[in-house]
Amino acid sequence: MHVVVITKATPDDNATVRVDPQGVVTWGDKLVLNPWDEYAVTEAVLLQERYGARTTVLTLGNEAHDEALKKSLAIGIQQAARIWDPALEKHDSLQHSQAMAAAIRKLGDVDLVLFGKEFTDTANDQHIYMLGRQLGWNVVGSMLKLLQVDPTAGTLRLERMLEQGIQTVSTRLPAVVSLFDDINEPRYPSFVNIRKASRAAISIWDAAELDLALEPPAVEVLEYLNLPERVGNVEMIEGDTPSAKAQALVQKLMEAKLL
Amino acid sequence: MSTVWVWLEHSDGKLVQSAREALAAAQALGSQVVGIIAAGTPELVEALAVRAGQFGAQAIIATADPTLESYRFEPHVALLRALVDAEQPAALLAGHTLRGREVLSGLAGSLGVGALTDCLSLEWSEERLVAVRPAYDGKVLCRAVLRRGTVQLATLRESAFTAQPVPDAPSPPLQWAEAALAEDAIATKVEAFAASSAEVDLTSARVIVAGGRGVGGPEGFGPLEELASVLGGAVGASRAAVDAGWIPYAHQIGQTGKDVSPELYFAVGISGAIQHVSGMRSARTIVAINKDPNAPIFEMASYGLQGDLHELIPAITQALRAQLADR
Repeated sequence: MHVVVITKATPDDNATVRVDPQGVVTWGDKLVLNPWDEYAVTEAVLLQERYGARTTVLTLGNEAHDEALKKSLAIGIQQAARIWDPALEKHDSLQHSQAMAAAIRKLGDVDLVLFGKEFTDTANDQHIYMLGRQLGWNVVGSMLKLLQVDPTAGTLRLERMLEQGIQTVSTRLPAVVSLFDDINEPRYPSFVNIRKASRAAISIWDAAELDLALEPPAVEVLEYLNLPERVGNVEMIEGDTPSAKAQALVQKLMEAKLL
Repeated sequence: MSTVWVWLEHSDGKLVQSAREALAAAQALGSQVVGIIAAGTPELVEALAVRAGQFGAQAIIATADPTLESYRFEPHVALLRALVDAEQPAALLAGHTLRGREVLSGLAGSLGVGALTDCLSLEWSEERLVAVRPAYDGKVLCRAVLRRGTVQLATLRESAFTAQPVPDAPSPPLQWAEAALAEDAIATKVEAFAASSAEVDLTSARVIVAGGRGVGGPEGFGPLEELASVLGGAVGASRAAVDAGWIPYAHQIGQTGKDVSPELYFAVGISGAIQHVSGMRSARTIVAINKDPNAPIFEMASYGLQGDLHELIPAITQALRAQLADR
């Protein structure tokens, strides 16, 4: 069984992201492994341990993404490939899915593709479901728990999240599966593995190598905007006692027709 | 004349709130609003069609088939693909729910077109849809346009659009369509469904009472629950309170939690860290309650109460009960 996890490098969780006066998005320094992808990488490593699966991590991006790829290798993924072509500089989710579909066809024997919940930088998960249709594979989103994989029979059983409850579903491999939130305890690389991964070779595939015919992006970001400053004119509710303040607040909410 | 379709998600025999909101968004964009209903039985379709008419659907295209009874990605995407190919609408909208985003993204991938997801606003610009939507985990926004594709696809942030009941709307005409996939062509099978007992429906809640580190412990959430229940709202939490184990993850608002846009938001014992604020700043009205007068949350609130939340919250609940009893 060959499991592919598709990751991205994104600004750190705790980074302050701002749009500068030139309209450029800034976040301090480097890129790290997209936080949601840590769970997907861990899930792939668990499959490697439990079922002897082979594992590959794929990323679309320039060399700034190498460190995050090496983190996935240090956590235990066996090989890494980075897809990059200057024509993909301003890629959208559709192009991402087309490039990944080409890379998966190139790998040839992939049974299962795993994704974290979303890419935090584009704040998008549509590339996941687009890839499913680009490949024509079965798709299950928001996995809460992987119940069973049978590589011989080519079947997969899992629990998935919906707003109204939890579905237990079975499907056939090959399949594309996204993870819901934090479904496992993410693995962290050991120092020894970090050193080993730092010397690992990462394959780099361009559009020609993937036989990828690129159309212009379908979605174009026209501009980035800082969040609107919320009105700074808070009205402090005063009163001699908690009960007086509470009544004053309720009065205000009534007047504003909020109740 | 532009025809805008809305994928009408439903649950338990009712349209979900985000579907009613999407109908309102479609009315603002299109001269003809068509609801798309996929359900297990014709009886359910007909009941949903009447409701859709009351929220702005002028016509319905519907499929009733047992393959569409429990949600699965493949049959819904294949059906929409067949309908879009046949009818060529200008746009198709859905709520940005787990199902809505899967189905519209899958349709986009199937058609080889783009989609705008989690839209906070949506408008036409030279016959292309332009949206304001989040980027960088909601820490900034972006304005994005759909450049290509005949049908334009968008999912809408829950509560960002306001559902508009249409009084005395006639029942919309129904056009029936066949399912696109037969059961034996669908590999995915639903074995079981366990409805969540204590559903935490934060994203569609009109009122949210959220607690942070200042709440002090798991027992501190009791009074917040009482206040929420008087207001018919839901209880939320900051990451600090969830990480401390005081309340389950399902309640978390902000980065690595849910993004919400309620009409009224109580931030109780929440300092206002950017990680929390990114998930709730689009709330219409914010009431901040904190003992620290310099807490950043006051800067973004409409109303502020400085003091001990353990005294203030029960007092507000009591004042509300008295007020609501007078009505």
